[in-house]
Amino acid sequence: MSVDKTRIAEQFIGAIPHSQALGMELTDIGDGTAEISMAYDERFIGDPDTGVIHGGAVSALMDTCCGAAAMSHPSNPGATATIDLRIDYMRPATPGQRIRAHAECYHITRTVAFVRARAMDDDDDRPVATATGTFTVESK
Amino acid sequence: MARPRPEPVQVVKQRRDAALNALVHGVPYIRFLGIEFDRRGDELTSVMPFADRLIGNPILPALHGGATAAFLEVTAIIGLSWSMLWDQIESGALNPDDLAQGKLPRLPKTIDFTVDYLRSGLPRDAYARAHVARSGRRYASVHVEAWQDNRARPFAQASGHFLMPRRDG
Repeated sequence: MSVDKTRIAEQFIGAIPHSQALGMELTDIGDGTAEISMAYDERFIGDPDTGVIHGGAVSALMDTCCGAAAMSHPSNPGATATIDLRIDYMRPATPGQRIRAHAECYHITRTVAFVRARAMDDDDDRPVATATGTFTVESK
Repeated sequence: MARPRPEPVQVVKQRRDAALNALVHGVPYIRFLGIEFDRRGDELTSVMPFADRLIGNPILPALHGGATAAFLEVTAIIGLSWSMLWDQIESGALNPDDLAQGKLPRLPKTIDFTVDYLRSGLPRDAYARAHVARSGRRYASVHVEAWQDNRARPFAQASGHFLMPRRDG
């Protein structure tokens, strides 16, 4: 992956107000792959009894990560928008732990990028959630 | 023989609004997104007032897909909880004062959630309503639609499955 594209990807995260509000950090970007993480924050709690993060915050992380993977694919000339995104919630994320999403654009056509992602906390073997989505491919 | 006198309207409204407020304001992430609920009888409409921190594409500008997804999911969970709790709120089995003190009933848990993005979310307030297609003892299926200026032109819709909380304590 070119230096140019890495820089663009980093700016991509920095330029998204909602991703910044959720404290997302882009930790890796490749040709059609991306890894983004989000620190635990009490403001993102969905279940006050257990302190577990709201599914909506995990959705936002997955959406951003899948979008970054779609954008970073060598056949994608530039911008992208989500067409649809499905998230399966396997288990509650452990309170206090950072959530990391890893997304992969596994197929792309002239018009559509197909992406899947996994979200993990400190336990790498048991995903918190998985996602599959389709994204637009926009010509420059 | 005579029907009991109906409760004064303020008493009914106070009870319902207190229960709804406790349910909504007890969840930090709902507060973070600034989502509020508008109640007419048992019908709820959620409102997500526009804020800069909800933007996903600053050039257009457009709402972040994640903010839209969270808005729809919050609407589905609160809508489902509301329909599940309505009878208990009305019968007085659930005490709004207890709710307000944070003694919240267990909420449904999301199993899966699928969002269709129909058009880009504009930088203005968004509204959504949930429709509980089926609510069983263990599983529920909910559909949600969100719109902005025009109710007939939704900008996103979603459907999801939820695990209902156990009733046996």
